[in-house]
Amino acid sequence: MTQHPLISVKNLNVHIDGHHILKDININIPDKSVTSIIGPSGCGKTTLLKTFNRLLDDTANVSVTGSVLVDDEDIYAPHAEVTHIRQKMGLLSQRPYPLPMSIFDNVAYGPRIHGIRKKSELEAIVEKQLKDTGLWEEVKDRLHSPAAKLSIGQQQRLCLARGLAVEPEIILGDESTSALDPVSTHKIEDLFVRLKEKYTIVLVTHILRQARRISDYIIFVYMGEIIEFGPTDEVLLNPKEELTRQYVKGFIS
Amino acid sequence: MGIRKRKAEEWVFKALMVAACLVVSSSLFLIVGTIVVKGVPYLTWDMVTQVPQGGFYIGKEGGVLNAIIGSLYLAGGATVLGLLVSIPISIYLNIYLKHGSLLGKSAKLAYDVLFGIPSIVYGAFAFSIMIWLGVRASLLGGIIAVTLLIIPILVRTLDEVIATVPRELKHAALSLGATRWEAAKVVLKQIKPGIYTAVLLAFGRGIGDVAAVLFTAGFSDNIPKYIDEPAATLPLAIFFQLSSPIPEVQGRAYASALILTIIILVIVVVSHFLSAKHSKHNL
Repeated sequence: MTQHPLISVKNLNVHIDGHHILKDININIPDKSVTSIIGPSGCGKTTLLKTFNRLLDDTANVSVTGSVLVDDEDIYAPHAEVTHIRQKMGLLSQRPYPLPMSIFDNVAYGPRIHGIRKKSELEAIVEKQLKDTGLWEEVKDRLHSPAAKLSIGQQQRLCLARGLAVEPEIILGDESTSALDPVSTHKIEDLFVRLKEKYTIVLVTHILRQARRISDYIIFVYMGEIIEFGPTDEVLLNPKEELTRQYVKGFIS
Repeated sequence: MGIRKRKAEEWVFKALMVAACLVVSSSLFLIVGTIVVKGVPYLTWDMVTQVPQGGFYIGKEGGVLNAIIGSLYLAGGATVLGLLVSIPISIYLNIYLKHGSLLGKSAKLAYDVLFGIPSIVYGAFAFSIMIWLGVRASLLGGIIAVTLLIIPILVRTLDEVIATVPRELKHAALSLGATRWEAAKVVLKQIKPGIYTAVLLAFGRGIGDVAAVLFTAGFSDNIPKYIDEPAATLPLAIFFQLSSPIPEVQGRAYASALILTIIILVIVVVSHFLSAKHSKHNL
């Protein structure tokens, strides 16, 4: 791997309610590429994703040791500024959760809280992000109608546009297509492939075909440990580890 | 089980459900009917525009404007004060605290207990504080007693409303770099219709309560001009008039009950309207 790692995880251990959820995680996630985290349900893939933007902070009885470096800054350092860390990463969750406001205000929400007030500037951002996510033509005539009125696939693209509007470096996706129909899924996958030119993308997925379609690298997690990490074809077609082979073939799930 | 038996079972339970609905709606109808039939003949313009004149309680001139205004002041003041306390409580418990924290769980248990305490206990508690502070029965005392009474109702209702908001909505705001207060504002926006429901419940409970205001607000034939003056309330006015042996005065008790019911009806309609108006952005 020649690229500079944007996210670098060192000796990460996570305990929740006394359970050892993530065990000695060490990984460098390559910049400007799509990395998929795969593994059986409950293996810790979503927890791993949530350690990157410190959303685990919102759960009681969590202890995190080790470090996660983003841009060489340890986000678990005592004085790390959590809002700044989260601003660097857009999160696309399992289902779209538009904010209770209009389409325009959803995209403008992030820029607004980070201090952009000028209407023309906000309008430019909203237009750009909606165009980048392919939503502009569908919604340009009803920017001020409630976001909740959009179809679920459109809402998910709106959530992506909303995340991109704060100019993150990283996009985190937590099974972002699992609530969507095939056409909407396809649109989101296409977006990920297009966006990796500018962003580092980390996805959690349990669909192996999806991981194969869009990712450059794959992390296989099993029982809280990283079993294998490498380029997509290597991990899926020629796994080094027996566990990975069994998972890819569908023997463990 | 055979199909006939299953169908019979279905029929029995359906009949029970229909019967339960009929009992409830017909008792509402009977209550309102009684008040209307007995109260309307005495519901004069004077009743809602005059304070009691000399001899009002033996059937002479006057009205219950003192109690109408007193009740509105009391329930309104207590609802405003209650919201000022309970909105921050529910935001702190549900948004600032981590999910599943011990403080959150114990606070919820505490106001579940407070919720079950009868209103006379709140009245006695507020009264003992008033004696200690040397405050006499007044509008302020009544507002404080009723506020104590409705805070658990408000917090519990707000809690249930916030619980319907998925945690991911808060996470969506947080992941855009919002502070917890900014995320709280998003959640508040989402639960706006629910806040009107909470206000409705709290106001309705506050305006109808007698026990909490019995010692704390006192009673007066005048409309209170200042917050340290005693204030009359409609439920107490109804109680005093109903205990009279004079038919004229008893009739006015029903008229007062009708006025109280109309006030509550107006609050219900207004809050439903506001709640519907503000839910257009909801998921």
